[in-house]
Amino acid sequence: MASEASMSAESTINLSDRLKRLFIRLGILPFLLVIAVIVFSLMSDNFLTGRNLMNVLRQSVYLTIVSLGQMLALLTGGFDLSVGTIVALSSVVGALAMATAFAAMPELVWLAIIIGCVAGILAGTMIGVVNGIGVSLFNVSPFMMSLGMASVGFGIALYLTGGVPVYGMPQQFGDIFGFGALFGIPVPVYVAAIIILCLYLFLNWTPFGRYFYAVGGNIKAAGLSGISTRATLFWTYVFCAALAAVAGMLLTARLDTGEANIGASMPLESIAACVIAGVSLRGGVGRVENVVLGALFIGLVQNGMNLARIESYLQTVVLGALLILAVIADQIRLRYVASLKR
Amino acid sequence: MSSQDREGARRADAHLLLEAINVTKQFPGVKALDGVNFELRHGEVHILFGENGAGKSTLISMIAGAARPTTGEFRFNGSPVHLDSVHEARALGISAVFQEFSLIPQMSVEENLFLGAEETRSGILQKKALHRRATEILEDLDFHLPVNLPVSRLTRAEQQMVEIAKAFRSEPSILILDEPTASLTQHETEQLFRLIARLKAKGVGIIYITHRMSEIREIGDRITILRDGHYIDTVDAKTTSEDELVRLMTGRVVGQVFPKIEFNPQQTLLVVSDLATADNGVRGASVTVRRGEIVGLAGLVGSGKSRFAQACFGARDIVSGTITFKDADVTGLSTRRMLDRGFLYLPSDRKNDGLMMMRPVRENMSLASLTRKPVSNGLFLSAGGEARMAAELAERLHLAPMRVERTVEHFSGGNQQKAMLARSLTREFDLIAFDEPTVGVDVGTRAAIYRFIAELCENGAAILLISSDLPEILHLSNRAYVFYRGQIQAELEGAEITEENVLKHFFEREAA
Repeated sequence: MASEASMSAESTINLSDRLKRLFIRLGILPFLLVIAVIVFSLMSDNFLTGRNLMNVLRQSVYLTIVSLGQMLALLTGGFDLSVGTIVALSSVVGALAMATAFAAMPELVWLAIIIGCVAGILAGTMIGVVNGIGVSLFNVSPFMMSLGMASVGFGIALYLTGGVPVYGMPQQFGDIFGFGALFGIPVPVYVAAIIILCLYLFLNWTPFGRYFYAVGGNIKAAGLSGISTRATLFWTYVFCAALAAVAGMLLTARLDTGEANIGASMPLESIAACVIAGVSLRGGVGRVENVVLGALFIGLVQNGMNLARIESYLQTVVLGALLILAVIADQIRLRYVASLKR
Repeated sequence: MSSQDREGARRADAHLLLEAINVTKQFPGVKALDGVNFELRHGEVHILFGENGAGKSTLISMIAGAARPTTGEFRFNGSPVHLDSVHEARALGISAVFQEFSLIPQMSVEENLFLGAEETRSGILQKKALHRRATEILEDLDFHLPVNLPVSRLTRAEQQMVEIAKAFRSEPSILILDEPTASLTQHETEQLFRLIARLKAKGVGIIYITHRMSEIREIGDRITILRDGHYIDTVDAKTTSEDELVRLMTGRVVGQVFPKIEFNPQQTLLVVSDLATADNGVRGASVTVRRGEIVGLAGLVGSGKSRFAQACFGARDIVSGTITFKDADVTGLSTRRMLDRGFLYLPSDRKNDGLMMMRPVRENMSLASLTRKPVSNGLFLSAGGEARMAAELAERLHLAPMRVERTVEHFSGGNQQKAMLARSLTREFDLIAFDEPTVGVDVGTRAAIYRFIAELCENGAAILLISSDLPEILHLSNRAYVFYRGQIQAELEGAEITEENVLKHFFEREAA
């Protein structure tokens, strides 16, 4: 009896030890995913169905793309609070340009769509260019720079539209990029997939991609190793903004209007997705595939809460709490790592 | 042990200030200390000696109350004590000065001195009293520091002095010093040693960690050697030979620390004339370096020798002077251009300037060669090529443990240094500047690093060796320049490089 008791005690120690090691290696995300899936499938029968999961995938596309940009900023040891503004500005500028072009030449639908997308993405990217110049050339802290630009961009978007949604884009734009599907998979998912693949290749398989990790890992060491830290920082914010702008255009297609009021929750949600996915706030650590999972997780939680009829105000509370939980978990993990190290 | 000896040992116990009995520290998966015994007498300087990772830091952090032993006990003045927190240890008068400073850069010297022990009256800070006491403490220690200046504006050596002064807020009984002279100038070191002598006379016990043999001789009474978490021996500091100590520390005969180098100077690679930097740290320095020789840059900490090399490498702004490398004018080029031309500078502060601590060794090794074969074809990285190169370099430098995918922060200091130095082998460099290549590195690794530098030189590379450690300059360099306050005081060659000659120029006043 006594030996049995001690054996079972030993096995629980083993289990907790194994969980601990798993936690150290993988971080908090897998645990949260498992818990979320279990909780929501208990709360709603509709949760764990193919159709709903495809829904989650489609709804998460926008956050995923923005989070990938946010990850670049976090990798280099900064962050970008202006991603929400960039989404809004690209939406407004893109819609205005597209509607104007469409009105001027109603027969050239595709030209109008291309002009609109290019204009929207360029406008959003310009915010990133300014961010990049401020951070890399003038050493303004990313916090102040992107906070300031968030206000500037939002102001411009409101000024351009007077706060009214922009209508008049060609029908096809929304039909294809908003609601279209190929082989049963929504078009925005393809766009996200291409971006994920390119960014994965870029960060893991090119020297320039490695520079982002180097600058965040130790900016002085990067400089002494011949890496242009200024250029790397500049491109960080440009890439981040370009990705947010692409998300902005996709969202515009989905809404069929250009809106200045979208994207307000993007800074928080994208940072949360990255942090939950194990991207270090100190820079230098983070993986593309995990960030995609992190964004999907947030989409999953929002979807699950909708199905479980949790009020949208309360959902914001849950999201904020999750972000803090993730940061706490990261700290605990660091403590475990430190205790293993000695 | 005979019964008489045991009797003698017990009687000696009464005079022991601190005793660690059979102390073990278990971390998950690894025993950092395994049944270690240690004793400290009143008025003794007891040196802790061992390789990086031998367990010295673990032992002193337990004595200072920053970590708890898994088993074993500590006795203070003969009675068992629990050193569960830094606070409890401090209450017994035990204070430690670690290598990593615990100073708040934005706060002034006096605010730092009394941090956590501020004097208050009904909740209000007694700033005048604190200022008076801070001045008294610093005067008593003969440290000339401006008490109102923020710590961030002090030099590293001055910060070290503040850190030491913190231990004197209250009357210390035990003072722990972890490589305190690593960043001190000669003068400051002497000052510290005088202070230690005064404390000894008062009966304070001092635990002192150092890798420097001359310091052991000068101030040590006894030496306790640790290896791989085990207690090896306690020996007399004055009579034990260096070879014997190295044998005890490494468990093997290392042979000569400094290798014999065949110098074969060929064509001139680097010609620097009249260089001055924007920060005024270097003022009119001229140096030439040839292939196949090691040129030493000697001088005190802050004499401008590091800044000189950084300026040559393009990492510092230059206001005047010219730099010629391989017969081409390269003045003011970026570090990237200098690397492309075959010049590499490896910084002295591996943690702050050299390594990405949270990234694997492999990535740290390849950092300066990411656009070159075999790491990449210019456009895409080659995972296989990079991994093979990292594995080869790890083998060549005897990285321990030999795991290139492990993050650098989990390696000991010596092995971190190897990961950084490996950068010099990731492609053919013509000129490599090593800035303090053996700072905080144990003797075994040091010998390996010297052999490595010698090999590079014999294979035809030119080496700039920047060092504040005099023996390094004396034994390794073919020619040496001595820096003093940003200027070159002397150029010495071959047999002229003697301790006396170099030291003479360390302190010499500027002519007019």
